[in-house]
Amino acid sequence: MSTHTMTDSQPAQFAFSPENKKRVKELIAKYPNGKQASAVMPLLDLAQRQNNGWLPRAAMDHVAGVLGMPPIRVYEVATFYTMYNLAPIGEHHVQVCTNLPCWLRDSDAVVGACKKKLGIGFGETTDDGKFTLSEVECLGACVNAPMMMINDDFYEDLNADTTEAILDELSKGGTPKPGPQNSRKGCEPEGGPTTLKAKKGSK
Amino acid sequence: MLKDSDRIFQNIYGLKDTSLAGAKAIGDWDGTKKLITKGREWIVDEMKASGLRGRGGAGFGTGMKWSFMPKDSGGRPVFLVINADEGEPGTCKDREILRNEPHKLVEGALLASVGIGAGAAYVYVRGEFFREAEALQRAIDEAYAAGLIGKDACGSGYDFDMYVQLGAGAYICGEESALLQSLEGKKGQPRLKPPFPANVGLYGCPTTVNNVESIAVAPTILRRGAEWFSGFGRENNTGTKLFCISGHVNTPCTVEETMGISLKELIDTHAGGVRGGWDSLKAVIPGGSSTPMIPKAMCETAVMDFDGLKELGTGLGTAAVIVMDQSTDLIRAITRLSRFYSHESCGQCTPCREGTGWMWRMMERMADGNMTVDEIDLLEEVSRQIEGHTICALGDAAAWPIQGLIRHFRNEIEQRIVDRNIIKKAAAGAAA
Repeated sequence: MSTHTMTDSQPAQFAFSPENKKRVKELIAKYPNGKQASAVMPLLDLAQRQNNGWLPRAAMDHVAGVLGMPPIRVYEVATFYTMYNLAPIGEHHVQVCTNLPCWLRDSDAVVGACKKKLGIGFGETTDDGKFTLSEVECLGACVNAPMMMINDDFYEDLNADTTEAILDELSKGGTPKPGPQNSRKGCEPEGGPTTLKAKKGSK
Repeated sequence: MLKDSDRIFQNIYGLKDTSLAGAKAIGDWDGTKKLITKGREWIVDEMKASGLRGRGGAGFGTGMKWSFMPKDSGGRPVFLVINADEGEPGTCKDREILRNEPHKLVEGALLASVGIGAGAAYVYVRGEFFREAEALQRAIDEAYAAGLIGKDACGSGYDFDMYVQLGAGAYICGEESALLQSLEGKKGQPRLKPPFPANVGLYGCPTTVNNVESIAVAPTILRRGAEWFSGFGRENNTGTKLFCISGHVNTPCTVEETMGISLKELIDTHAGGVRGGWDSLKAVIPGGSSTPMIPKAMCETAVMDFDGLKELGTGLGTAAVIVMDQSTDLIRAITRLSRFYSHESCGQCTPCREGTGWMWRMMERMADGNMTVDEIDLLEEVSRQIEGHTICALGDAAAWPIQGLIRHFRNEIEQRIVDRNIIKKAAAGAAA
């Protein structure tokens, strides 16, 4: 089991912004009447996004209030799922996959490049609050290994150099192009597909 | 090799337009109304006749599963739940459907819902597939706007709604009853069965849970006919399938091929061959991390379908082929998987909660050669006591890779123990 506990230093209050309040209504409307507890995960995600990428206890209590759930039920959910960050986190959350398919394609080099470039280890945040580095389990892009996820985007087909280039770009406030960092577009074989070779000019 | 015209996923690489217009150009949403009006029984019978077995790993007949849904739900709503919580290491096929062929999934959800009598479908997408969920939501919005789903879907008189829900990083939610718990806003801990979801599923209502690929292939099967689909592969192992080939190959990729293709042809034709040539192959995990590895000798003739791999003591699983060449430390490789299962155990059943951690610690020692030969047998025996003694299959999934390693590479494990003892002895001698 992964263990996942709340941080000691907690803000006293949290409330959804007026804009997010509208979003909350839309999210709850996806589920049948009386089944609004189903919206707990989307609401926790929304709260986390509003709160600079981490989920304080006050936000869990707020979500519990909105959904009419006992707070403990919300704590259970928030501490069970690993994507809820229960402590403050850097602006860019760098999550490197080290599971088998990535490891076979040298995810060690990606990890090494991240540690060297950022000067931190797994579970740590840079002093300027810009980067947090995490080791994660399989993210489901195995034919584009090795890969890492930064906030909502995948960066794939990495090596040490391309990893450093992405981190450099982010440090400078830029937006590196997500997806494969070699010549591929997606999951086709490098050098071009072996199937579905569309004729030029066709749709 | 499968002909391009017989591939269901014509845009799996996303090289063409993925919007509704692009989807229609490759044949999606063609005559959907006609398929709906043929009725529930026809849809289920056709799916049964196609021989499609679930593409999420377990391989249960899709049409058969649909036929288990009650004809009279007693006034309760009926749901289709689509499992897009793809996270089995090595597996990355559903991701491509979600982002490049989302309309196949939307159309398939509609047709499957007619087949089981559902009024709504929820797609549970793993939280990390944020962009993929966006792509699917775009397709759903397009389908609503075009009247293809919603009230009077495709003008057929059938009402159907479709929603996307994001997970938040728990592998266990790929297990169908854990997924339902999660969808209800709870921790993702599997439920005891029976009752099965067909009777007591989402919110206690009749529910079918299907994998993304199973649903996405349904429209093409219904359009082109069960006979067309069952013409590929062997009896009981019919159709085409998305294969993901990762690890030590020259060009890792995802590709649609016929069931029963040989492992060697799959790797050589589509993945550019094994790195350093076929002879540098050491072992392959043929169906995602849970399936036991097979050594090169078995890879020579391995047939990639459910029964072919079962004969070799392994499984097709999700058809995620992880290739490992001679440079691979197989004990380290399996240790990494043991760590994964230990991390992902939901903690509900003692054999799994305690056992996955114990097996991982044993594997760490094994990787260092720091164990006795007797302990190899102990580990094997304990893995058998975890297997089959938990509510869900995560305990089994954690045990199988270790069993596969011991079965085929025991000599390597013993050699490592010997090597370490020699080094230890030499060090002790030098110190004395």
